[in-house]
Amino acid sequence: MSEKKTDMPAAGQEPLLRVSHLRVSFQTDKALLCAVEDVSFDVRKGETLGIVGESGCGKSISCMSILKLVQGENVRYENGAVLFEGEDTLSMTDKQLQKIRGRKISMIFQEPMTALNPLYTIGDQMGEVLKLHTKLSKKEIWDRCCEMLEKVRIPNSREIMLRYPFNLSGGMRQRVMIAMALLTNPELVIADEPTTALDVTIQAQVLDVMKDLQKEYGCSYIFITHDLGVISEMADRVVVMYGGRVCECAATDTLFEHPYHPYTRGLIASRPYRGMKTDRLPVIPGNVPSLNNKPAGCPFHTRCPDAMDCCREAFPEETAVGEGHTVACWKYAKK
Amino acid sequence: MLKYICKRLLLMIPTLLGIIFIVFTVMNLTPGSPGRTILGTTATQEQVDQLNHELGYDRPFLVRFLDYCGDLLQGDMGTSYRTRADFTTELKGRMPTTLKLGIASFVLSSILGISLGILSAVKQYSFADTFCSTTAILFASIPGFFLGMVLIYVFGLQLGWFPTFGGTDFKSYVLPVITLTLSNTVIVQRLTRTTMLEAVRQDYIRTAKAKGCSKSRITWKHALKNAILPVITVMGINAGSVMGGAVICETVFSLPGMGTYILTAIRSKDIPVVMSSTVVLSLIFCVIMILVDVLYAVIDPRIRERVTR
Repeated sequence: MSEKKTDMPAAGQEPLLRVSHLRVSFQTDKALLCAVEDVSFDVRKGETLGIVGESGCGKSISCMSILKLVQGENVRYENGAVLFEGEDTLSMTDKQLQKIRGRKISMIFQEPMTALNPLYTIGDQMGEVLKLHTKLSKKEIWDRCCEMLEKVRIPNSREIMLRYPFNLSGGMRQRVMIAMALLTNPELVIADEPTTALDVTIQAQVLDVMKDLQKEYGCSYIFITHDLGVISEMADRVVVMYGGRVCECAATDTLFEHPYHPYTRGLIASRPYRGMKTDRLPVIPGNVPSLNNKPAGCPFHTRCPDAMDCCREAFPEETAVGEGHTVACWKYAKK
Repeated sequence: MLKYICKRLLLMIPTLLGIIFIVFTVMNLTPGSPGRTILGTTATQEQVDQLNHELGYDRPFLVRFLDYCGDLLQGDMGTSYRTRADFTTELKGRMPTTLKLGIASFVLSSILGISLGILSAVKQYSFADTFCSTTAILFASIPGFFLGMVLIYVFGLQLGWFPTFGGTDFKSYVLPVITLTLSNTVIVQRLTRTTMLEAVRQDYIRTAKAKGCSKSRITWKHALKNAILPVITVMGINAGSVMGGAVICETVFSLPGMGTYILTAIRSKDIPVVMSSTVVLSLIFCVIMILVDVLYAVIDPRIRERVTR
């Protein structure tokens, strides 16, 4: 990973993807519930950006918004912009989006058991991506799919192409999803908890495959997870989210060594490590607030050990605390 | 697959035997004898006994049952007690009317029901959806015979567009087919709407979207194939129950089909006709159900794997 960082473009160069001040809400009968507020992050070419946070913190919704894939008729992309190759995907029409989805930005989902259509063969479903986005012949599509399956280390790919999802194990299906996502050689792959539903041994294999493919194709990853172990394994930079907001953003090593935000500290402290002298893991007390009674001010103040009066009133500005390291917390805000 | 179909066809034999036995028993348990129903209340007991003897009705129950089954095996479907007409000849004359009615209404209600159901699901809560759902409830709550009479009154008597009885030309089938189609369409439409709405919320639809599929491709390729399975079952049941609806329809519109024939036979305790009609109808129903199961296996690879193993 260290050698990749030297390849990174110099600061100031246009990033591959820039999400700025994104705000996503859900319209209900009673009110507009805000799931993601003022979220900004960049993804540079060839890097892996990890997004970490508890369930319901808005990490999936922020990333689904990039391709306008949030499910439900009542979703509102209220504010902000998602700039990909200089164009705002949020203001694109369905037709324009269809050209980007699966070709330039593709996705890997959490649930390998249900993310594939049960009634079509693996070959059908993989081939569909190429059929939609390229002018390859049937034979070429078939060969390319087989080749890709071999790259994700699926043996006898030609036979697997004719199988249905129910014939495959969870790990196999997830590898099929990865192969499918990389078929068109996309610029960016968004992986939404790709290993959460898998066994630990399979997890490691899948992560390996993903790393190898990144080396080969030079694509960028957005890696959404709640597993800090996976983040430290995969990501170059990390965005920590809580309650629909970004609380901290830093390079992975920096974040693990010098976390600033009390939430990040809590997350890192609650990881088990070898030689731990306790039979209970430390936890962050309390739960993630639900969408319809989000506290005013910083959403974390209800659970924060260092909460002050000002935390209950307004959300803090983002403050730079180091190179490429920003934190949104009143403790570090320049007053 | 062929092995599976053969197995299912063989399984039809015990099913049919069971049906024959039950209907035969029921016909035997109901009061009255064919002699009495045919000759009427004015005939003397001797005359009734005489006729019953001629018809072979005075023999013991089991003998008559086995006799009937034996005849059936030789392809003899019996002769009517009442008219002394051969059942097979009668069947050939009447079946086309009922089949025309049934097939037309089945095809129409399936096409209409599925397309309206998809429309309702794709444009959920739109005007089209609300309109479909409201009219669906309206038509579902009107009994077939009443709808038939309303249609006869409006389009037959007042406007004079269609004949109100007989089954001789295309025009005379229009009103009966509409009557029979509407209620079945409602069932298919409602079910398609529900299963489609269910299907479009699945994860694989999100995957298809993320691949860059267009809305119509998602609807027709990814969602519909998953949503259609339960609809096929209901369509199969509909196809079977079209015969039941045909009885009402043929009576209201005075069509010379199987429905009216069976109805008269039941009333006059014309056992051979009731029995053979039951056999024919159950046979049709069984075949439709096998078709439904085969279609299931064709569409869903999970079922295919299970049945062909």
